[in-house]
Amino acid sequence: MNDSFLLDGEDIPFTPGQTVMQAATAAGKYIPHLCWHPDFAAHGSCKLCTVKIGGRFATACTVRASAGQEVENRTEELDAKRRTLLQLLFVEGNHFCPSCEKSGDCALQATAYEMGMLTPHFDHFYPDRPVDASHPDVLLEFNRCIMCELCVRASRDVDGKNVFALAGRGTKSHLIVNSESGQLADTDFAATDRAAEVCPVGVILKKRVGFAVPIGRRTYDLKPISAAGTEGEREDAADKTALREKEAG
Amino acid sequence: MATPELERILARHRRDPLQLLQILIEVQAREAWLAPATLSAIADALGVPRARVESTASFYSFLHTRPAGEFRILFSDNITDRMLGNQALMKSLCDKLWLEPGKVSEDGLVSVDTTSCTGMCDQGPAALANGRTITRLTPARIDEMAHLIRRRVPVGDWPPEWFHVDDNIRRRDVLLDHGLAPGNALAAALDRGPTGLLGEIERSGLRGRGGAGFGSDIKWRSCRDAWGDAHYVICNADEGEPGTFKDRVLLASHFDLVVDGMCIAGMAIGANKGFIYLRGEYRYLLDRLETRLAQRREQGLLGRNILGRGFSFDIEIHLGAGAYICGEESALIESLEGKPGKPRIRPPFPVTNGYRGQPSTVNNVETLALAALIAVHGGEWFRAIGTPASTGTKLLSVSGDVERPGIYEFPFGVTVAEVLEAAGARDTQAVTSAGAAGHCLAADEFDRRIAFEDVATGGSIMVFDHSRDMFEVARNFLHFFAHESCGFCTPCRVGTAVNARLMDKLAADRGSPYDLEEMARMHRLMQGASHCGLGNTATIALEDILAKFRPAFERRLHSPEYEPAFDLDAALTQARRMTGRDDAGAHLGDNREALAAERAHGQGNPASAEPASAKDLQP
Repeated sequence: MNDSFLLDGEDIPFTPGQTVMQAATAAGKYIPHLCWHPDFAAHGSCKLCTVKIGGRFATACTVRASAGQEVENRTEELDAKRRTLLQLLFVEGNHFCPSCEKSGDCALQATAYEMGMLTPHFDHFYPDRPVDASHPDVLLEFNRCIMCELCVRASRDVDGKNVFALAGRGTKSHLIVNSESGQLADTDFAATDRAAEVCPVGVILKKRVGFAVPIGRRTYDLKPISAAGTEGEREDAADKTALREKEAG
Repeated sequence: MATPELERILARHRRDPLQLLQILIEVQAREAWLAPATLSAIADALGVPRARVESTASFYSFLHTRPAGEFRILFSDNITDRMLGNQALMKSLCDKLWLEPGKVSEDGLVSVDTTSCTGMCDQGPAALANGRTITRLTPARIDEMAHLIRRRVPVGDWPPEWFHVDDNIRRRDVLLDHGLAPGNALAAALDRGPTGLLGEIERSGLRGRGGAGFGSDIKWRSCRDAWGDAHYVICNADEGEPGTFKDRVLLASHFDLVVDGMCIAGMAIGANKGFIYLRGEYRYLLDRLETRLAQRREQGLLGRNILGRGFSFDIEIHLGAGAYICGEESALIESLEGKPGKPRIRPPFPVTNGYRGQPSTVNNVETLALAALIAVHGGEWFRAIGTPASTGTKLLSVSGDVERPGIYEFPFGVTVAEVLEAAGARDTQAVTSAGAAGHCLAADEFDRRIAFEDVATGGSIMVFDHSRDMFEVARNFLHFFAHESCGFCTPCRVGTAVNARLMDKLAADRGSPYDLEEMARMHRLMQGASHCGLGNTATIALEDILAKFRPAFERRLHSPEYEPAFDLDAALTQARRMTGRDDAGAHLGDNREALAAERAHGQGNPASAEPASAKDLQP
C-alpha cells in the first residue's frame, strides 16, 4: 500500500481506517492535542488538534486519513488558534503551575510552552472547585480539570469501573465521581487503576510520591511535548511511574 | 420518594436505561427535585453507574439536583420577553416574596429565576410555573401570583386563563389551509409506495425547515439505504431558537398532518417506530398529543396494520428538559437515549448511526407536515410554489415590535419588507432572520428575500424598532449562548462565557475598543473550531450587530485604550477600611493631583509609606 497524505507538505503514510492524528503520530509528527490519547477512542472536545484540510477546519483526531489530503498543521494561523484555546483553558480553571505537583509532567503546561503562550490573556474565571482528599491513596484537585474525559474513558473502558463522569453543562461542567457522597473514598477507585495515571493535567494525584522526581528532571523539562508526546503517552507514563517509585524508594 | 411510586415509574419505562431522562422528569414532577438518594435508587434500579444518572440529571435546566422550592417560577428571558417588560415583572415578584433571583426562599417554598425562550414571543412576557406555561404576564397577574404562592395554592388551581395559549395565525397558505382529514395524506403515500413517494419528494425539491435546508429526499434515501436492525423516524420538536414558535402551532392545531408526515417518512425509509422529541417548554401539549395518538391507534391510523394496508408504525413522545442544544440532531439523539444532550462526532451521521446506533432520520415538525402535503398533491405541485432553489412555503414566527405578532405562512421568496408590512411593523431598525443564531438585517436590507439562497431562516423573525438598543439585543443573545453551550468543546464552552463577560463589561461602561476586537477574535476562533452548530453560529448575530449598529457599542466605551473589567480603586475598599484611611493617598485612579499632594507630604517613597500603613493597622 502506498496510501499517503500531505502534512505541512510532508508525505505521511497511513493504513486505511487511521485518523490523521494516528497516522501523523505513527510517523513521528506532532499534532498538538490534549484530549486525544493513543490508547483511547477519539473524543474531539479540546480542539487543540484543529487542522485545516483542503481549506476547512477539522479535528485531526476524528477525521480519517485519506489519500491525497492536504493537511495544514503547524501554521501560524492554527498555532495562534491553539494559543487562544489554551488561554481559554487556563482562565476557565485555576492553574497555578509553580505550586502544582504535575508541573513538568503536565500536557497543558507543556503544550502552552510549545505554542508560545506567554500570558493567560483573558480575565480569570476563578471557579470554586474544592479538592477531594478523601481517598487514602489519591487526591482529586478539580481546579485543574480541562474536561478531556480521559479518566472517564480509562475508568470505563479499561478499569471497568465507571468511577468518573462529567456533570453539569457549559461552564458549569465539572468532573464527578460515582458515589452518593460525591467523595472518591466512597467509590471502588484504586491507585493502580489506569484512570489514576491518565490525567494530562494535575487533577488525579497519587499521595506520598509528590516531587519524587524533582522539577527540572521531569518529562517535559527534558524535551518539549512535540518531541516527547509522539512517542506514545503510555510508555511515557509507565516510565514515569517506574522512575517515581524507584526514587521514592 | 415512596418506593412504590418510583417502582411504578420504573416499571412503566421497562427499567430501560435509555428511558433515563423520561424517568427523571416524571420522578421530579412528583418530588420537586432529585435528591442524592433518589438518583442512587434510580441508578440501582436501572443497573447503571450512579455517576451516569447524575450526569444526565445535572445537564438539563429543568431538572434540579438541589432543592428548588415547592413553587418554581421561571421567567422566559428572550429579548422579546425583555421588550415586553419581563425584568420589571420578575423583580416585582421577587420583591413581593422577599426573594433573590436564583435562590430558594429560606422556608423552601419558592424560587424565581429566568429561563431561555419559552416559545411564547407572540404572547409574552411568559413564564413557567412548575413547568406549566403562563402567557401574557401583567403586574396584576404578578400580584395575584405572589398571593397564590404565599397561600400555597397548587399551580393546577391557578386561574385557567393564565395558561391559555393562542395560535395567532395571521396568514395561511397551502400548509395552514391544507383542508385534509387525518390519514388522507398517509393513504395517498401508501398508494404511491416508498419508491413513488421518494420520487415525489425529490421532484418537490423539499428542503428541511429546521434552518440547515438539507434535501429531504437525500436524507430519506440515505437512511433507507443504510443497513440496520431497525430504522427510526425522529420528529425534532425541540423548537428552541429564540423567537420561533411555529412548531408549537403545528403541534397544537395541525398535529394529524405532522403524524401523517411521520408515518409517511416511516414508510419511505422502512421504519416502524417514530419518536417525537418535544421540548420541555411545551409540556402543556403532551397530554393532548398523547390522547390524539391513542385515538389514532383506535381509528387504525397508527400502530399495527395502518388503514388495513399492512404497514405498521407507532410513535412515542419523549420530553426534553430545557436544553437548546438538543435541537442539534445528534445531541437530540443522545438525549433521546437518556444521556446529556452533547453532539456526537460526525461522521457517522444519524442517517446511518442514529438512535441506538441504527439508521435514523431526524426531521423538523414543519418538514414532516409538508411531506404529507406532497404525498397528496405531488412534487410538481409543490415545486411550483416558492423559488427554484427554495420550493414551497415557510412558516414565519414574527415577534417584537409589530402590531400583529404571530404565524405567517408565505411562499419562499417573500421579501423581509413584505413580512414587516403584513405584521404591521413601523419604524423598524433591525430584524433578526434566524433567531439568536442567525443574521441580523438593517433597514437597507429589507428588500432581500427569505429563501435558502438569500436570507435563510428556521422561522424566527424578531423585529426591533428604533427605540431598541441593539447592544442589549446582542448582549441577551450572548448570555443565551453562554447558558446553552453544552460545554463539550473548549471554544464554545469558554468562548461563549468570555463573550458574555465582555458584554457585561461594556454594559458596566468599562469597555474599550480592545474588547470589541476581543469579541471579533473569539468569533474567528469559534466559527472554525467549534464542535457543532451552536458554537459555529453563536457569534453571527453579534458580528452583524457590531458591524451594522456600531454606535450602540461605541457609546459604551469608557476609554480609547485598554480598560480592565474591575475597578482598581474599588478593590482597595477593604484595605482602606482595615487601615482606617480614606485620604487621597489611599485612592488610586485618575486622581494624580492627590498623589502628588501625598508625595509633597513625605509619603511619596515606599520606604516611608509602609511604616505609616503598618502603624495604622495597630489601633
